[in-house]
Amino acid sequence: MNIHEYQSKQIFKEYGLPVPNFLTANTTEELIASAKEISDTNWVVKAQVHAGGRGKAGGVKVTDNLKEVEEFADKWINNKLVTYQTDDQGQPVSCILVEECTDIKKEFYLGAVIDRSSKSLVVMASPEGGMDIEKVAEDHPEKIFKVFLKSPSVGTEDHLPLAEGLKLSEEQTIEFKEIFSNLVKLFFEKDLSLVEINPLVLNGSDNLVCLDGKINIDSNALFRQDEILELRDISQEEEKELRASEWDLNYVSLEGNIGCLVNGAGLAMATMDIIKLAGGEPANFLDVGGAVDEKRVAEAFKIILEDENVKAILVNIFGGIVRCDVVADGIISAVEGVGVDVPVVVRLKGNNSEIAKEMLGKTNLNIIAASELSEAAEKAAEIVK
Amino acid sequence: MSILVNKDTKVICQGFTGSQATLHCSQAIDYGTSIIGGVTPGKGGESHLDLPVFNSTKEAQQELEIDATIIFVPAKFCKDSVQEAIDAEIPLIICITEGIPTLDMMKLKQNADSAGCRIIGPNCPGVITPDQCKLGIMPGYIHKPGKIGIVSRSGTLTYEAVDQTTQADLGQSSCVGIGGDPIPGSSFIDILQLFEEDSETEGIVMVGEIGGTAEEEAAEFIQSNVSKPVVAYIAGVSAPSGKRMGHAGAIIAGGKGTAEDKFLALEKSGVHTTRSPAKIGEEISKLV
Repeated sequence: MNIHEYQSKQIFKEYGLPVPNFLTANTTEELIASAKEISDTNWVVKAQVHAGGRGKAGGVKVTDNLKEVEEFADKWINNKLVTYQTDDQGQPVSCILVEECTDIKKEFYLGAVIDRSSKSLVVMASPEGGMDIEKVAEDHPEKIFKVFLKSPSVGTEDHLPLAEGLKLSEEQTIEFKEIFSNLVKLFFEKDLSLVEINPLVLNGSDNLVCLDGKINIDSNALFRQDEILELRDISQEEEKELRASEWDLNYVSLEGNIGCLVNGAGLAMATMDIIKLAGGEPANFLDVGGAVDEKRVAEAFKIILEDENVKAILVNIFGGIVRCDVVADGIISAVEGVGVDVPVVVRLKGNNSEIAKEMLGKTNLNIIAASELSEAAEKAAEIVK
Repeated sequence: MSILVNKDTKVICQGFTGSQATLHCSQAIDYGTSIIGGVTPGKGGESHLDLPVFNSTKEAQQELEIDATIIFVPAKFCKDSVQEAIDAEIPLIICITEGIPTLDMMKLKQNADSAGCRIIGPNCPGVITPDQCKLGIMPGYIHKPGKIGIVSRSGTLTYEAVDQTTQADLGQSSCVGIGGDPIPGSSFIDILQLFEEDSETEGIVMVGEIGGTAEEEAAEFIQSNVSKPVVAYIAGVSAPSGKRMGHAGAIIAGGKGTAEDKFLALEKSGVHTTRSPAKIGEEISKLV
């Protein structure tokens, strides 16, 4: 789960990580009032969306003119911000953060993520702050310093390799030690999957300040993170993906025109791949999961069909525990009930698949049967040609 | 021979009286699996599926000789269940449960390693040795005793590989689903090692997917440690970056973990790859 920058900064504050004074606003009037409260002379205003690349897209402004703060609010509140990380519709802005300007001497990167290979937490720092850290990792891997931790208990010298990598002074290193251990504490206590401070800056008075904040939380741990769960902003989530999740369907929308309905995440990806191999383009990833029943199949069809690009649907079910005849029932009533007006290629394999094929053959619906995976993909690709 | 489980493996089930556990344990028993009891806190002393129920894994261990446990406990409570199994030093812990927090798994993996226990999963279909022992949620009837070892990060895609090797009349020595989470209890390497050592396994099918670097690490391992032919398929060539594809582990982050990178690493190590999930059986039959 993602949260906004202002929410991340609030959590940073709770964990003793230094952040600039900030306030948030949902209207222009509120923003002007908040700006006046923060400073008399200059401000940073930042549109709050779940996406990076806001600066380049005009979603961040540094100004010493209150009029410009007002214009910024008028421009973004209730509008959508398009960045290189969003789709071409952009993300809706309903909240703006205003904070005091920070005098920047140096910019660093500080982040933490789970390292799968070493099965530990890796805390990373780089003197190349403010930049796209993935690019730094690629071009200058020697400029990224890492510390691996197996547990939340931080040793007194664990932070040193990073402080040295950032070439911090003795006093700054003492400050950094505090930031380092608090960041690790935060990661474990709040079940994060990623935290990034980019940039972490050295300000005019030589103090370290977290100028930006990005936090991702492990969705599997939300059952024990009630406070975090309250920070969820569903306006930032794709509408169809959100609705799918309410039905326990895993849906991700893509660019193509062949809708996919599959049981199992791996098989769903494999289905997308084989559609591509057959010369088609998948319109979505959709995993209906293990418990395939009529209602969920119908809902899945509805969600797939809301995408106007969809010209055919490929259903690929490997009935293990699931009985294919039950699935066929679901497909038939879904196609009849939902009013599916595109051809549906159905490949049912496994448990009772012969009975299922017979059932589908008897209907007058636009259902095309296929027995093998490649055959199904070829038939679907042929239809949309 | 086979790996991990066979007809003599004595198994208990944690979360025994739940509906999923009941369904899959009945099927396992019908398949011939030697399930000898189960654990559900608060139901100790009762009997379920004609087998004894215990309050804790420790209690079960005092009464029974246990080789393996299969866990169906909901994610919220699963950390404690796996830890119980580790404390009881059960050598093989198969965790079917989906949705365990990554930090919990990190801790459990460390604890299991120091106790000398092997975890398979979580979020996996389990392990099967055809006609001997079925410990998981996979459909037994698609399997056939034979010579191909299958290891996979996915569930239903594993069944696809199984079905193709059955159709090709090769059959399987054992099949292991290692699960789709960022930190699995067992890696590809752990299982590849076992298949390499298993006299009955003549060829190996490895099914990976996008996210992480487990396939790249496996490729390196295969190059110097596996003499048997390996066919690999990686799901998610068409998956976009930054979107999680169902499994918690299946996400391309920062340009890393793409299917194409994984294919290339495997090919460089002499692994036979197929870009089509429909050709897994065909490819492996050319090699054994």
